[in-house]
Amino acid sequence: MSGAEFVPLSLTPLLIGCLAAVACALPGNFLLLRRQALIGDAISHVVLPGIVVAFLLTGAISATAMMLGAATAAVVAVVLIEGIRRFGRIEPGAAMGVVFTAMFAGGVLLLELSDTSGVHLDVEHALYGNLESLVWLDATGWGSLMDPSALRGLPPEVFRISVVLFLITALLAVFWRPLAISTFDEGFAATLGVPVTTLSLGLVITSALAAVAAFDAVGSIIVIAMFICPPAAARLMTNRLGAQVAWSVAFALASAIVGFVLAGYGPLWIGGTDAVSAAGMIATVSGFILTATALMGPKRRSVV
Amino acid sequence: MFLEALFFQLGYNATLVTFGATLLGIAAGVTGSFLFFRKRALVSDAISHATLPGVALAFIVMVAFGFDGRNLPGLLIGSAISAALGLFAVQWLTSRTRLTEDAAIGAVLSVFFGFGIVLLTVVQTMSSGRQAGLEGFLLGSTAGMLYADAILIAGGGALALILVGVFRRPMMMASFDPEFARASGINLDRTDLIMMSLVMGVTVIGLKIVGLILIVALLIIPPVAARFWSDRADRVVLIAGALGGLSAWIGASASAVAPNLPTGPIIVLTAFGIFTASMLFAPARGLLISAINHRTFQRGVHIRQGLVSLAQGQPIYEPMTIRLLRAEGLARADGVPTPDGVARASRVLRDEKRWETARADPALEMAAARYDGLTQIEDVLTKDQIDELDARIGGPREVTQ
Repeated sequence: MSGAEFVPLSLTPLLIGCLAAVACALPGNFLLLRRQALIGDAISHVVLPGIVVAFLLTGAISATAMMLGAATAAVVAVVLIEGIRRFGRIEPGAAMGVVFTAMFAGGVLLLELSDTSGVHLDVEHALYGNLESLVWLDATGWGSLMDPSALRGLPPEVFRISVVLFLITALLAVFWRPLAISTFDEGFAATLGVPVTTLSLGLVITSALAAVAAFDAVGSIIVIAMFICPPAAARLMTNRLGAQVAWSVAFALASAIVGFVLAGYGPLWIGGTDAVSAAGMIATVSGFILTATALMGPKRRSVV
Repeated sequence: MFLEALFFQLGYNATLVTFGATLLGIAAGVTGSFLFFRKRALVSDAISHATLPGVALAFIVMVAFGFDGRNLPGLLIGSAISAALGLFAVQWLTSRTRLTEDAAIGAVLSVFFGFGIVLLTVVQTMSSGRQAGLEGFLLGSTAGMLYADAILIAGGGALALILVGVFRRPMMMASFDPEFARASGINLDRTDLIMMSLVMGVTVIGLKIVGLILIVALLIIPPVAARFWSDRADRVVLIAGALGGLSAWIGASASAVAPNLPTGPIIVLTAFGIFTASMLFAPARGLLISAINHRTFQRGVHIRQGLVSLAQGQPIYEPMTIRLLRAEGLARADGVPTPDGVARASRVLRDEKRWETARADPALEMAAARYDGLTQIEDVLTKDQIDELDARIGGPREVTQ
């Protein structure tokens, strides 16, 4: 395959897929260890009503408004879940189940009731994104990477997800030690003076940020898969947090790259004519990686 | 139009669908309560998402063998098989690796759903797949449902309900007190298997009406709502069934009137409305009744402690206490007791003194444990016992009101 074909059609979706996968996998490690893995699931459901409301209020597809709407919805969901948990004395899993299904249902109904026929916003798009459509039509080949005028035509999602990934990496680097200590022993962290509640809330907000940015580009199904599968697979490879994070990044990248290639070219290899959903395939590949580590990972058993 | 749908007067198919949805809602509410007691509510989320690859594969297989790919029983059998695989995967990941159940649920949910999406895009590229309408399984749709499908759903809902009735006793014991159930000779693994099979059954039957993304709501929301109505497990189960049936009945009726809207979200939002009402107004644990109880308790403590202070001639600085005493006509704004207040204060002081004596007596240990600073000793001890206490305390026998 030549650069003239690869760069405009496949490079940007592949890049966005990788960035989104890593952005979700990084906070996913901590969520997994804190037994909050399903928060990613909940967040990716509740951003739908946020995005729809933002669209109805502004009347246009604007990235900033949608991000704000989605982030607001995520915060509303966290508040509702906590409220039901505390005041209703309901266990967190069930409280989460109530809130995210209801908010998702509300989002779907709003979407169906409002006239969004003219814009690119529908339930299917929200669920499994449209990674394949994020093409870079201004590019003509590898040379375009050096061409400022062509670079200006890059899909805006590239910049958005890069900024978010940079932000998440920076936050993790800065708060690494308190985050690690409070993840493994919250009581000990509190005695050291670590503000554990703030840190925990910060982690959820960071995850929401990753989910919203990735959701915008790749749809909710990759978001859930990348929050959980690469960190879970990495957890079965090592006992050390640093190594686990590194493994999860590697697994996320592998899922994104292999999944994208299999979705785009796999059907052609076995004689088909049309590509299949890249988002779905990336999630599938991450599942295969998890299965492999569950069968062969050196630390797959719990420490006795 | 909505009322007609609500009372089953909108054509045979719509009636069957609404009826089937109601049965399904009841079965889901009851089954979901057992899951909720077991703190495994979100397992159903993995099961429901895991149905998608089965639906798509069943379609592909049926078309490959020359049948109509939209055959509902075929699709549902496919969905049941892949849901079972998904459930097995969750169990396998939790028992064989050190991953916790929530991680296993999330992994299975996303991977199966992702693979299902891959298969859906394959279906869409098949020549017969364009009008397959498999997307209807995501969010549920009752529009254009065939008579046979409606019969299937109504029958399936009824069957699920009957099975729940048959197995309710072991499931109740297993979910409420697993150790006791085991000691009583109940096979926990088999009960869990039955419970999960019922969850799968409800999911599969509800696939067409509610859709696989939101069917989990029908299993979670009614039990959580029912929890506010009672503290007794058996009642919670019954109430959850009733609330689930009510949500599905109203939701399905509403969606019969608006055939272009997906059914699932309407049913789920109805259930959420019922949940919100329950959380706020339910008489057992609702927020309103809790707030009222808290307020009454607070009032009681303030008045009682205020009266104790008045009786001992101590000044009261707490503004709320003074306000409450004034409202009751027991004290003036400057904290000086009214004649009424003086009488009540002496009574309270006598009560406190009697309690103090009772608590010092080992023979009255059981009764004395009920001292909480609010309960009157007359509510706990007999008149003879109180007379005996008074004899020990000495002093005046009667206080004028």
